[in-house]
Amino acid sequence: MRIRTLAVGLLVGSLALTACGKEGTPSSPGGSSEGANAGAQLPQYTVASNVDLAGSPVFAKIKAAGKLTLGAKDDQPGLGKKDPTSGKFAGFDIEIAKLVAASLGFGEDKITFKTVDSGAREQAIVNGDVDYYVGTYTINDKRKAQISFAGPYFEAGQDLLVRKDETTITGPETLKGKKVCSVTGSTPIQRVREQNLTEPGNIVEFQKYSQCVEKLSTKEVDAVTTDDAILKGFASEDSDSFKVVGKTFSKEPYGIGLKKDDKVLRDKINDTLQKALDDGTWQKIYDATLGKSGSAAQKPTLQKY
Amino acid sequence: MNVLLDNLDLYGPFFLTTIELFLWSAVGSLILGTILAMLRVSPVLAFRAAGTTYVTLIRNTPLTLVFAFFVFAYPLLEIVKLSFFTAAVVALIVYTSAFICEVVRSGINTVPVGQAEAGRALGLTFGQILGQIVLPQALRSVAPPLISTLIALLKNTTIAAGFSVAEAGAIRSYLSERGDNQLIGLLWVALGFIILVAVLSLIQRSLEKRWSVAR
Repeated sequence: MRIRTLAVGLLVGSLALTACGKEGTPSSPGGSSEGANAGAQLPQYTVASNVDLAGSPVFAKIKAAGKLTLGAKDDQPGLGKKDPTSGKFAGFDIEIAKLVAASLGFGEDKITFKTVDSGAREQAIVNGDVDYYVGTYTINDKRKAQISFAGPYFEAGQDLLVRKDETTITGPETLKGKKVCSVTGSTPIQRVREQNLTEPGNIVEFQKYSQCVEKLSTKEVDAVTTDDAILKGFASEDSDSFKVVGKTFSKEPYGIGLKKDDKVLRDKINDTLQKALDDGTWQKIYDATLGKSGSAAQKPTLQKY
Repeated sequence: MNVLLDNLDLYGPFFLTTIELFLWSAVGSLILGTILAMLRVSPVLAFRAAGTTYVTLIRNTPLTLVFAFFVFAYPLLEIVKLSFFTAAVVALIVYTSAFICEVVRSGINTVPVGQAEAGRALGLTFGQILGQIVLPQALRSVAPPLISTLIALLKNTTIAAGFSVAEAGAIRSYLSERGDNQLIGLLWVALGFIILVAVLSLIQRSLEKRWSVAR
């Protein structure tokens, strides 16, 4: 009986300990996004009526279902971020997704956002789990072999996020001997590895950028690397602790991923994006989301292939 | 085939890391697991309680939580700094040894009580009885479940991919970013594991033959 009491005591004690550790871990930004929303207002999108895209299998499927399932990221402030309490998605990518949905005749209430991590994007699109995907998705030729891209709707470049007091890291060539973190297998970390920007032992890979940022704040890594758009989002959330180095060393055109060879739908989305770029809607979306980091936007040029 | 050949720079070193991870954790958990089993059959109440608590606690905790503890919570305690690879090995040892302990303990139970009693009658200490009479026989009788636990450990190493260890479990995310077909890539990863498990199965069969005890 005494053993049992002891065991239960230890069990409860250690459970409490692990719970404490977990509570302390996420550097949840919580309210900061609400306060930042004070400035620019998000535009309203007019939902098109009587849209008909003959010859688009994806559109036929959407129409039959009467709703959209869209792939997105949920951990990238300013781009695609899920509010943990309300469950709502917000950010630049999310607005682009809504804009396109409106042009297809579907209002915000008909959209279900589904979190798909980088590693599973092609498969989610190929399997039809999502109708299209908007989430910092770099257009490249190898991906084009499996899926199609509309866009780019944004142009980012690889950059570095460091602690505010960091002075030794000024660009990719200063990374030697520093611990660099990014998401497992992501293009930025593959570039760091292939170009030998730092020693293999100094490469740190986690499932999510937020985990890297947390390690950056506890000084276990010295830099987080990925596209500047993502890093600016983190920097604007906690501008007292972090800064973006601001020297991009790659070009990452973000596209909307959709099923391969659905040319009708791709052309339609491209038209929508072109219109938004021309009539200032794109600029309004930028100002109300990523623009809050203080950096100016560069309009992308669409690739119509 | 192309997916494999185009990405040999991934498959080679990443599978090597998997094997390394497996070997270190296998040796570690065999040692710790046996020590735990000894604690659980010890005549001292406190030892038995410690062993039981460990097994109950760890066996009921998902491995990802054990990993998350060593990678995210443990560094905050600022004891000894662990590299991510070492942290992964420690997490795997901590987790697997609970299972090894139970396998060894079941082996100990197969040794007739009379042998321990005979040893005690000869004046052997508890340590001598366990180390020279009981454990050698116990380990012999549990070769199949022991190897099964090690096979589970081998596959569990893939969880380390999420915690900054570049091993076979990380290959899929790399392939996706490179734009190669992930399904075919995963088939090659599966084949790699089949080969590794086949090696373990061969070891198991030969041990069973060599160690079989006439009772």
